[in-house]
Amino acid sequence: MDGLLDGCLALCLPLLAYLVLRTESLSQAVVLFVAFGLLSALGWARLEAPDIALVEAAVGTGLTGALLMHTLSWTEETPPDVRARARRRPWALLAMAALTLLLGWAVLALPADSPGLGLEVDARREDSGVKHPVTAVLLNFRGYDTLLEIAVLLVAALGARAVNPRSERASSEAAKDPLTGELFRMMTPALLLVAGYLVWVGDHGPGGAFQAGAILAGGGVVAILTSRMGTPRMSSLRVRWALLTGPLLFIGVAVAPLFSGGRLLEFPEKYAGTLIFIVEMALTVTIAMVLLMFFPGTRPPRTGRGSAR
Amino acid sequence: MHELRTGLAFFLLLNILAGLVRVARGPTLTDRFIVAQLFGTTGVGVLVLLAADAGRDALRDVALVFALLAPVTVVAFVRFAVGSDADAKGASSGPDQEPRP
Amino acid sequence: MSPLELLSAAFLFAGAAFCLAGTVGVLRFPDVYCRLHALTKVDNLGLGLVVVGLALRSSSWATALKLLLVWLFVLISSAFTCQLIARAALRRGAVPWGGRREP
Repeated sequence: MDGLLDGCLALCLPLLAYLVLRTESLSQAVVLFVAFGLLSALGWARLEAPDIALVEAAVGTGLTGALLMHTLSWTEETPPDVRARARRRPWALLAMAALTLLLGWAVLALPADSPGLGLEVDARREDSGVKHPVTAVLLNFRGYDTLLEIAVLLVAALGARAVNPRSERASSEAAKDPLTGELFRMMTPALLLVAGYLVWVGDHGPGGAFQAGAILAGGGVVAILTSRMGTPRMSSLRVRWALLTGPLLFIGVAVAPLFSGGRLLEFPEKYAGTLIFIVEMALTVTIAMVLLMFFPGTRPPRTGRGSAR
Repeated sequence: MHELRTGLAFFLLLNILAGLVRVARGPTLTDRFIVAQLFGTTGVGVLVLLAADAGRDALRDVALVFALLAPVTVVAFVRFAVGSDADAKGASSGPDQEPRP
Repeated sequence: MSPLELLSAAFLFAGAAFCLAGTVGVLRFPDVYCRLHALTKVDNLGLGLVVVGLALRSSSWATALKLLLVWLFVLISSAFTCQLIARAALRRGAVPWGGRREP
């Protein structure tokens, strides 16, 4: 039975990926992409990688699906003539084949029976302050990777706002819709509960700031899309603070050991657990805000566009 | 019980595969989106079934996250499909009106 | 097999049957609104029965509660989803099967 399940997933995933790429209608591709994300989360679950399955569920499918769906309203549904272009460019096929071969070779060249670094992580996990090895690696053993990642996210948010600097305020008109209003009202406590739970559970199982941030951002997205909340503006002090809490706190915690004779990002063993929890809490706020920054508001009315050009 | 649960998970996965037919046939975007929602719920079912195995408790959290974020996509879809209120009141009845068979 | 196991298996099978019914409905029903009806059956009963079947055999109360919470979220989301999609379909001009569109 396990073999059947895995085999079916292994067949479905490339099929769906092919369908996503082949479809000429953008809206259809988005729907298929959501289905693909769901199946790939199942795939990660079967590969004993629940951490990645969780991120895929929260960021990869939940938020990206909504972002792509919303982006559709900013685009013109005019599919390019894909087939004609493909016929004209046989070298694209060659390049794809070469890339596939290269990737296949890279996978086959991996040492098959290497234990990896899992044993070392397990041996030192006691010192890290958390029980879950992934959290230990992300926030303690290789904390600087996560720190730099947050910096990259901030740059990404700046980029998103640079591309689309317009922001809109909440409108009382759209907020009157009783359906989405009630949905938002019922979702909010559940979102807060689950986000808090995910940060807490990161201590001893899959979970953490990214997933929790994505959940919070989900609530924000519903608020933006139903005009309950304006799109976050860079000029707002609150937005700036939300964006900076995580990185500033993380940098503070990272630099603090330097003053007491330690090294960068060397958490004292006694407080490591608490420090990691606080940093994750702050990172959750930042990540939620960064993800919200990617959501543009409504597209400007179509009528004015032709004359503007 | 493990065999039964995995078997049922496989069965639900087959249901998802069958749903792809409706994605292909359409005919409108709404039909396709309904299938995406169906996939979501069926996928949550597969996840809770798999999570019942020993040591796989984290998958229940994945199911929780899927269940919680499903309405976000729906709101985005509705916003796209109907357009903003100003759009709906205006001349156009929403972007991407698909040709009907 | 103990009676509890049998009961749990029965619930699981019933849930899977509803999922199948929902999928068949989405494939075979004539219009968007009927297909929505099939979709909500999967959300409410399909997943619900599977969750109850699993909760009966779960190792702890916390696990059972979390399972029920998953179902509760899907229930709430499904109730709103159905309305929202149906309204969007109506505004996009999908004609209900066998009926006439309101002027």
